[in-house]
Amino acid sequence: MPGRTISFHPDDRYAAFLRTIPEAPCGDGRLAAVPVAVKDNISTAGIETTCASRILEGYVPPYDATVVERLKKAGAAIVGKTNMDEFGMGTTTENSAFWPTKNPVDPSRVPGGSSGGSAAAVAAGLVPLALGTDTGGSIRCPAAFCGIVGLKPTYGRVSRYGLIAYANSLEQIGPMARTVADVNLLMEVIAGHDPRDSTSRDCPYHHAPDPEIRGVRIGVPEEFFGEGVDPRVASVVWDAISLLERKGAEVITCRMPSMAYALAAYYVTCTSEASSNLARFDGVRYGPPADTKKPWHEAFQERRREGFGEEVRRRIMLGTFALSSGYYGKYYAKAQAARNNVRADFERLFREVDVLAGPTMPTVAFRFGEKSDPLSMYLSDILTVPANLAGVPAISVPCGKVEGLPVGLQVMGRWMEDERVVDVAYAFEQGGSA
Amino acid sequence: MTVIVGLEIHCQLDTATKLFCGCSTDYRDDPPNSHVCPVCLGLPGSLPKVNKKAVEYALKVAKALNCEVPEESEFSRKNYFYPDLDKGYQITQYDKPLAVCGYLDIEGDEGEKRVRITRVHMEEDPGRLVHKGGADRPKYTLVDYNRAGIPLIEIVTEPDLRSPKEARRFLNKLRATLEYLGVFDSEKEGSLRVDANISLAGSERVEVKNITSYKGVEKALTFEVTRQKNAIRRGQKIVRETRHFVEARGVTTSSRSKEMEQDYRYFPEPDLRPLRVRDWAEEIEIPELPDSRKQRFIDDYGLSPTHAATLTGDWQIAEFYDSLPADLKVSTATATWVADTLLGELNYRDMSIRGVPLDHFKELLIIRQSGDITEKAAVEVLRSLLDQIRESGTCELPRQCIGRLGLFAIAATEEGADDPVTAAAREAIAENPQAVADFGTGKKEALNFLVGQVMRKTRGCAKPGDVNRVLTRLLSGDE
Ligand SMILES: [Zn+2]
Repeated sequence: MPGRTISFHPDDRYAAFLRTIPEAPCGDGRLAAVPVAVKDNISTAGIETTCASRILEGYVPPYDATVVERLKKAGAAIVGKTNMDEFGMGTTTENSAFWPTKNPVDPSRVPGGSSGGSAAAVAAGLVPLALGTDTGGSIRCPAAFCGIVGLKPTYGRVSRYGLIAYANSLEQIGPMARTVADVNLLMEVIAGHDPRDSTSRDCPYHHAPDPEIRGVRIGVPEEFFGEGVDPRVASVVWDAISLLERKGAEVITCRMPSMAYALAAYYVTCTSEASSNLARFDGVRYGPPADTKKPWHEAFQERRREGFGEEVRRRIMLGTFALSSGYYGKYYAKAQAARNNVRADFERLFREVDVLAGPTMPTVAFRFGEKSDPLSMYLSDILTVPANLAGVPAISVPCGKVEGLPVGLQVMGRWMEDERVVDVAYAFEQGGSA
Repeated sequence: MTVIVGLEIHCQLDTATKLFCGCSTDYRDDPPNSHVCPVCLGLPGSLPKVNKKAVEYALKVAKALNCEVPEESEFSRKNYFYPDLDKGYQITQYDKPLAVCGYLDIEGDEGEKRVRITRVHMEEDPGRLVHKGGADRPKYTLVDYNRAGIPLIEIVTEPDLRSPKEARRFLNKLRATLEYLGVFDSEKEGSLRVDANISLAGSERVEVKNITSYKGVEKALTFEVTRQKNAIRRGQKIVRETRHFVEARGVTTSSRSKEMEQDYRYFPEPDLRPLRVRDWAEEIEIPELPDSRKQRFIDDYGLSPTHAATLTGDWQIAEFYDSLPADLKVSTATATWVADTLLGELNYRDMSIRGVPLDHFKELLIIRQSGDITEKAAVEVLRSLLDQIRESGTCELPRQCIGRLGLFAIAATEEGADDPVTAAAREAIAENPQAVADFGTGKKEALNFLVGQVMRKTRGCAKPGDVNRVLTRLLSGDE
């Protein structure tokens, strides 16, 4: 059967894509001939996959990630690979080794990260659907900054096979789109058990979004409106929560004390895992080769020094330190204990409420270069990392604007209750007319 | 000076597929990098999936070594850079091994001995480096990942061994145990690697790495004992170090590289869930092991403990012996033949019981038992068959061989004067009048001499009983 293709020649003025496929193969199915953008840390057979890193330049995977297989089976056309912070390490997509992506809402601002390319491609209308990945907010942050919808599924609900690992125990691939219904559709296609991923769960996702919200108990942790959260953002999000209350939801304020340690637990865990995951990039198998005239240890160190960007090198060093003997107990082990506290907090709260809601990001999209020191950048992840630490589902849905810039409402749910966070987001999206 | 030895043994588990992917483990005769996939190449994004068979095999080992199996066991990452390590870490086990606190009883230097097993854990084999252009200063190095991901078990003993010989005996017993379990093939090249810790009481401990054969363990340790004793005698201090065994020269050499304390930064493997192993282990059944088989050979076949130990010390030999006809198995002569003659001849040729057609030897034993050939001829046939196998890999059928060599037993008829035995006896009598005379004066040795002469004339094919009978008859003047 001669393959069908669709032509894809976007006006990529925001530099959302690292590469596009001008004639993209497609097929029959639920996503027949629908163009889908794929973040560049998801393996695509025959299409260069770099994680926006120099060290993977020229690497063409010989296999498809499970989610890509599923997209193809549904007939979708993979039309391009989207820009990102190198290996997912960042909140602005400025850490791409190639170029920054601009926010289509305001090109002087970042699109958020690390799935900034996917968010910008969707927000600019170049594709209706995109895949992102979320390790500590990397789907929800750019969704919020660009004014689109993004879902971080429950850990284990979507296969990670083929996702080039940054922090294995935290990250999930998830759908990004302009509407909740489209996010739901893409989720239906990519979710489901995969025997190749031992952390994947046998819990398929078949769901029709339901806007009925009467009786749903929404918890609002005080910590989500604490210090560092722009009061204008807080106000827009409170308005959104009030709308849900008017539609019949019960709003209950609550506390999440483990938030105090969440960011530290997150950064110790993700950098530790990253330091190990990225060890394979030594110039022997992919990317520009190491200098074979030099002794092995000199050659691979040089390759890594040159091939990784600054933020990646910083996180590798942090993680190497956290795992080193004598410090493991002080850092890695402590981080896991803190992570258990976060999980316990969620479990406790979810006995009293059905979902938790708050802002996705403490602020609106930054200007380029606005966050120059890494620590203040890390602080902006504070509201998104708890869901990753606990492995629970979380969605960001546009809920208003501050000075013309989008604000995201974040809804977090119980483990494996992705359907419910989608429903709450859907109810909000349907508006206050009910 | 007391010698204190502890061993760390790595064995490849004989599964059909690798530990974390579906690639075949049967790579030895195939081109480099032909048994690889995204998982065992460590390609970005690939994920490991535990081979249940490998865990089952490892649990069998844990049970056979009388270990405690915890509720849960976990894989960890061992991080270090080396070109044969395609992920930059090895998936192994660290603080939650598969099994701990076991033991294996062996025949020690001073009788029965219990060697404690510290732990048994699973890990993946790394790839292999092939240095081209001289071992010391290679021009370049090639990497072959066919071996990457082969399941290994690491078995660690307490420092309970007291001599190189005991270490060797422990390894032999361990090998037999693993082969009885059907989880290990000792014949496969590189399937066993041993690191040995050795110290003389009161001195520092030295680690000897890179021992890849059973004999090598005894050799390396013997060398170390001598080296360390000499050093102490000369008043030198033994330094704590890692040494490498150079099999070809039978010596250990100090590692040239600086002794850096490697920090492997172990942490739990986030891509795999913990294994619930205790319940799993309880469901697994293990077959008869060397000790119980030895007892059965003593009880059921009436063998001596020595014969029983030899015949059960190797799974293939034990299987061979068990497969013999019932009337043969209970005979000491059969046990002697298999344990001493067959194994002795194999040993002499440095051949293994593998790869020899055991059915042939079973047939030879049956022919020998029937009296169609003499004991002496049977040995000659055995030697011929083994030489053929060594030359060409195959051999004749035993009957063909006997026929070709003309070794079928010559029968002496009761009264016949012209059978070959009687003819040979007449010749011997005629040629040796002195012996005949000595026999007449009652010298028993004279008869033995004449028997020898007849045997030589019949090229060993006459049955000793016949020769005795015919000679006695002729000499006593019945004719
Ligand atoms: Zn493989």
